[in-house]
Amino acid sequence: MAPVTMLEAIRQAIFEEMERDPTVVAIGEDIGVYGGAFKVTAGLLERFGWERVIDTPISETAIIGAAVGMGYQGLRPIAELQFIDFIACCFNQITNFVAKSHYRWGAPVPMVMRGPSGGGVHGGPFHSANPEMYFVHTPGLKVIYPSTAYDAKGLLKSAIRDNNPVLFFEHKFLYRRIKEELPAEDYTVPIGKAIVRREGRDLTIVTYAAMMHTSLEAAEELAKEGIEAEVVDLRTLLPLDKETILQSVKKTNKLLIVHEDTRTGGIAGEIAAVACEGAFEDLDGPILRVTAKDTPVPFSPPLEERFLPNKNDVISTARELARY
Amino acid sequence: MSQPLTREQHLDLYYYMKLNRMLDEQLVRLFRQNVVVGGLYSNLGQEATSVGTAYALEKRDWIAPMIRNVGGLLVKGYKPRDILMQYMARVGSPTMGKDGTSHFGDIKVRHVVSPISMLGDLVPVMAGVAIGGRYLGQNIVAMTWVGDGATSTGAFHEGMNFAATQHAPLVLVVENNQWAYSTPVAKQVPIHDLADRAKAYGIASAIVDGNDVVAVYQTAKDAVDRCRKGEGPVLIEAKTMRMKGHAQHDGAEYVPKEMFEYWEARDPIARYEKYLTENKIWDEKTKKGLDTRIDKELKEDLEFAEKSPLPPPEFAEQGVYCDGCHTVEAVWKRSKAEVTPPKSSVKPEWEVADFGGFDLASTIAKQSAVAGATSGNGAKESSSDAGKDVPPAAARTPNSKEGQKTNGVGAKSAPRPEQHAGQHTGQRSGQQSGQRSGQQPEERSGNRAERRSEHQPEQRPGREFANRREGKFQQRGGQKAGGQRGHEQKSPSQRAMDEKSNGQPEKSSVGPRVPFGRGPKGKEGRK
Repeated sequence: MAPVTMLEAIRQAIFEEMERDPTVVAIGEDIGVYGGAFKVTAGLLERFGWERVIDTPISETAIIGAAVGMGYQGLRPIAELQFIDFIACCFNQITNFVAKSHYRWGAPVPMVMRGPSGGGVHGGPFHSANPEMYFVHTPGLKVIYPSTAYDAKGLLKSAIRDNNPVLFFEHKFLYRRIKEELPAEDYTVPIGKAIVRREGRDLTIVTYAAMMHTSLEAAEELAKEGIEAEVVDLRTLLPLDKETILQSVKKTNKLLIVHEDTRTGGIAGEIAAVACEGAFEDLDGPILRVTAKDTPVPFSPPLEERFLPNKNDVISTARELARY
Repeated sequence: MSQPLTREQHLDLYYYMKLNRMLDEQLVRLFRQNVVVGGLYSNLGQEATSVGTAYALEKRDWIAPMIRNVGGLLVKGYKPRDILMQYMARVGSPTMGKDGTSHFGDIKVRHVVSPISMLGDLVPVMAGVAIGGRYLGQNIVAMTWVGDGATSTGAFHEGMNFAATQHAPLVLVVENNQWAYSTPVAKQVPIHDLADRAKAYGIASAIVDGNDVVAVYQTAKDAVDRCRKGEGPVLIEAKTMRMKGHAQHDGAEYVPKEMFEYWEARDPIARYEKYLTENKIWDEKTKKGLDTRIDKELKEDLEFAEKSPLPPPEFAEQGVYCDGCHTVEAVWKRSKAEVTPPKSSVKPEWEVADFGGFDLASTIAKQSAVAGATSGNGAKESSSDAGKDVPPAAARTPNSKEGQKTNGVGAKSAPRPEQHAGQHTGQRSGQQSGQRSGQQPEERSGNRAERRSEHQPEQRPGREFANRREGKFQQRGGQKAGGQRGHEQKSPSQRAMDEKSNGQPEKSSVGPRVPFGRGPKGKEGRK
């Protein structure tokens, strides 16, 4: 099998799930005839028809609301947010209606809300955001943010088959930049399980999405200096795989968290608390973090480069931590 | 058109309304005894709207009630104990104490979607339920209620817009109870009739006296029938009144005393009792029997509810996620093969009939070709298109006695002091709900035709626009009839009422039509 992009992997997951199960339907803006702003859903309408591939008005609240309703009917809708920034338009539906449904009255909402997220492509303040933490802070949701094509496909399949509402963030910088050979057969990747991408003894870097690749590159550089970093890819942010994080921290005794989300209220704070609660005795240094700046995502290339964390930021912070 | 109600159905309506009322009173007592946890939201005065609409549905249909639609829940098979335990926060309640009030539901058996406090949110959700059901071949109708206040929300708009573009079998009941918490409807919406909202979505609408349960039922039944036939969403405005404050703590001092008096004289249950007696549908013995049954059921259910303990604290941490505790199953009523490749394969292309330019010549030509009419001329349209549905002559005679008789229910449904059936229909017809299949008479009336030609309304074949006021279905101009979906005259009483409550002169609702726009499917140009 030829290697495929992450975008293609996501497309395959949707196709294969819709082939496998007629309760799976897709809904979103421009997903049908046009095939989606990023062409993730290209060819879907042709194959599955108007009833299963629903082009909607520009109406995020209607997209999510209708997906919930279809979910109550026993369907498994995949709702696309054209850019994940627009998820703010349907925040109320997601946090108040969707997330509380099963807890309040026992009605599961088997739906996936997916969309392209993240910066690095000069999308500006409204096409680059990482709004995952609004939802990580919302009990009742699951939040997935994969970093590889293999994971994207396997996790999306798990999300579609899950009986809970799942937010699936697709880092658009990775869409066409990474390629991977995928198994020919059907496979899934379990939700809620982090993975160690690189073994190391000196410090743990916990990260996810595009920053996973930045962290791996940094780890290779650090290795040349004799610092062996272990890189943990969270893959799922909610529920958080505390076990894998703690296991690694107990092994390396140092914790660095890297994320592209802004600093204040980013998941680094939560992971630091998890480490303090579960591995305080094992820590040999402060818990440090490399994150985006606390600003909106700026548009112009030099501004966005300043905003985003990069390999050098990771290397210098890791060096600092390794000195303890 | 709906069939007249049977005696049993008439008594059912009474039973549910009275049960709704007595349960409400019971809850007030419990609230005063501090047994109710949190706020109590009265249904008083709105029983006919809840019960009459929900009663028009079948078992397979779905509802999403609002907080004042306990009547709808009772019709759907919930028991007073369920509502009592919800308000008392007991473990035996449908949500096991996780939520209160009417915030509960059941997707598998009763097909009830739980409301949430964020108003309007149910509209897109029920649009999804509706199209989901259609996809599965269930031929269901989804119904939800919003208040006048909720029509101000974005979710309401997005939901209706989506439902209309999807042609979803969705009945939206706008319960205009005149007050959104302490804010009068005139401060919520800049229009007199909330049914006018429907125009923006190109969907059918109706206005009904929300305190006349039979009229409400028949309006809802027609709407449900339309939906089931695949004619798209319907918006029903039920004009009613919230007879208490927003919740029990709220004394509603901001409501003019005269307004309460006005509506008290139109109490839905008192009116219906009188109607049942006058029409000899029941006698004192039957009434007593029903009332006794209601008292007994309430007493038993209260005892049951009181025995239910509060939930154990550890419940707080349970049930955030579905981890196999519930199954997700679709109820297929069609062959899956129809929606599976290769049968589902389509050509991914839009059909664009209207190029949307300012020069309407091509659009008009297209419309006419579709409609069989020569242009947007209203008179021609109605003769070519509407002719086939002309009702019997008797029905078109203003204030036709015969019409009232045929109609039976709607016309005599209740004592309306100033709103005698037919009075307000004036020259437009005395058409009664019993002859609603006809539907066009008013189209031919003078002012109607004038307005039509003035505005050159669009032709939208195959669909029709309905309006009902005071229990009578009045075909407005519209897709089928080719008339504009204009406003109606109000009865003197209606006008008086509205001016008092809103301070809005009635002509505010008869503004010029905005002649541009697109049809719900984007195919038919509008003039």
